[in-house]
Amino acid sequence: MDNPARGRIFAGMEHDCDILIVGGGLNGPALALAAATAGLKSIVIDALPEAARTQEDFDGRGYALALSSVRMLDNLGLWERLEPNAQPMREIKVTDGRVGDAQVFLGLHFDSAEIEEGPMGQMVEDRYLRRALLEAMEANPHVDQRAGETVIAQHTGPGGISVTLASGETLRARLLVGADGRQSGTAARAGIRRTGWGYGQTALVCAIAHDAPHHGVAHQFFMPPGPLAILPLPGNRSSIVWSETDAQARAINALPDEDYLEVLRPRFGDFLGEISLAGKRFVYPLNLTLANSFIAERLALVGDAAHGMHPIAGQGLNAGLRDVAALADVLSHAQRRGEDIASPLVLARYQQWRRFDTASLAAATDLFNRLFSNDNALLRLGRDLGMAAINAVPGLRRGFIREAAGITGDLPELMRD
Amino acid sequence: MTETVDPSEIAKFEAMAAEWWDPNGKFKPLHMMNPVRLDYITRQIAGEYDRDLSAAKPFEGLRIVDIGCGGGLLCEPMARLGAEVVGVDAAERNIPVARLHAEQSELEIDYRHTTAEALAAENELFDVVINMEVVEHVASPLAYLKACQALLKPSGLHLCSTINRNPKSFAMAIVGAEWVMRWLPKGTHEWSKFITPDELFDLLRQAGLEPVDRKGYVFNPVSWTWKISDRDLSVNYVTAAIKPEAAAWA
Repeated sequence: MDNPARGRIFAGMEHDCDILIVGGGLNGPALALAAATAGLKSIVIDALPEAARTQEDFDGRGYALALSSVRMLDNLGLWERLEPNAQPMREIKVTDGRVGDAQVFLGLHFDSAEIEEGPMGQMVEDRYLRRALLEAMEANPHVDQRAGETVIAQHTGPGGISVTLASGETLRARLLVGADGRQSGTAARAGIRRTGWGYGQTALVCAIAHDAPHHGVAHQFFMPPGPLAILPLPGNRSSIVWSETDAQARAINALPDEDYLEVLRPRFGDFLGEISLAGKRFVYPLNLTLANSFIAERLALVGDAAHGMHPIAGQGLNAGLRDVAALADVLSHAQRRGEDIASPLVLARYQQWRRFDTASLAAATDLFNRLFSNDNALLRLGRDLGMAAINAVPGLRRGFIREAAGITGDLPELMRD
Repeated sequence: MTETVDPSEIAKFEAMAAEWWDPNGKFKPLHMMNPVRLDYITRQIAGEYDRDLSAAKPFEGLRIVDIGCGGGLLCEPMARLGAEVVGVDAAERNIPVARLHAEQSELEIDYRHTTAEALAAENELFDVVINMEVVEHVASPLAYLKACQALLKPSGLHLCSTINRNPKSFAMAIVGAEWVMRWLPKGTHEWSKFITPDELFDLLRQAGLEPVDRKGYVFNPVSWTWKISDRDLSVNYVTAAIKPEAAAWA
């Protein structure tokens, strides 16, 4: 029987790559590299010109990478480059306190010596992570980049999706991924709405130099205005995430460095000796925003574009990398089976895997924060008793350590040992 | 049309053809099952022909026919993996649906309104015959499997899935899928036409094929997904068979 399709060359538009990724921050490049391991080609579109992304100086930002994220970076061949500048987190101490009170560790104590997997996380400075990702993208033949470009339109067709850049260039691929943050234009253009609320809190973020060594211990102080996290950086330095009410944070942020430190000192305590600033100061208003769907036709969202959450436990980037690893996993299996990687069924597998996880994590960090950002005597007693109870039961404590290390649940292949 | 296709069966599928590619439409159960079907098919082909599934077009150079191709749910993945694909269906209405979709997917697939028997009569030869969920619908399974065997090159691979015949398969495939879940129109399957794995192995041997593997497809109602099982062949199952090099039937 005759078949008119036989021998015919299709006049359809060629794809420029398999995946177009909007957003060149951390999750976007990580996805491009993860997809490349499955033979999928990506183009990463970033609004910032390349020079703005490769600054040499330490700007004060750092990330607490969970063990699962470290494994992922290792599987992508990046950890070797990052490790010399990383600080292992060997212990996490959680304390309920009040400003000016002596910090007494009656609270929770998580020690990675209790689990065989090693340190529960690693502190890495933003500049090293960005540089490692950029260098790896440049060296990867499956990854192409468009820097200093913004997307002004996107259009879905039967066999693919295309975006138009401000420069006038049109790119076409099978799948479009929005890794463009909380105010994701990719999500908005696809008509994906968001649910969210503010906490009335703002995070002050900076790096602190201190006299005494931190011994790889991370601290989380829960205080009525909001939590203060002290995370160990290489040398006698720590990265802090200091949450205050919006008004208070605005006032503190307006202070000159010396006065800023004066406000911090009674909160920080003196257990690390004298403190000083070791980088720039940042402010981030804290709000939770969850995309009503992580997928649309030929489109998937990762990281903050899907879920911006409270950075209380450093879970923002770790959750983003988990999206990336899960999406790469789903796409690579689809590719090996010969499926259309952007078919509704393939994308539904990603959504099913990640949306429940993230919604529950966002809810848990939200609840945790509401519970601890409170000076109610009864709540204080209740959470002190709760922390003592978790501390007293090694099995429960190890569970929390594994959870903090990100090695529980249905792990994507890239995050496995 | 030849004698092994039951005309009333064709009419039933014609009524369903337009919805092939809607993942939430009438063919939702096939779409849900497709990942495990493809896992089995791709691994068997890769194993038999020593292909690396992480390579760009691992099935390049292989000629594959899918019997009962429907809307092309299996043909398109095979074409995407680089194979030269012929999709045949006895239901005429499926062919334009499948062709249209292949064009949208920018894939070249040779879809034909014909049967395995007619194709064999044209002396067409293939490296792989994919024969999924068809054998329980034909009037004479043995005559049909002989036609499939005739389509294979020597040492070619025959992949065949069907539904077991026992009280559980009646409960799952007919009561569950057709009556309760309404996944399939009532009357899609006749339980008496279902075939046990041992019966299928016997039929394959009689048709001149050497069975080499069988696995179950198991539905997990909690995760709402299908898994391949070595042991549980109680409802849906799949088999692999090889055409012997010096087959007298070739």
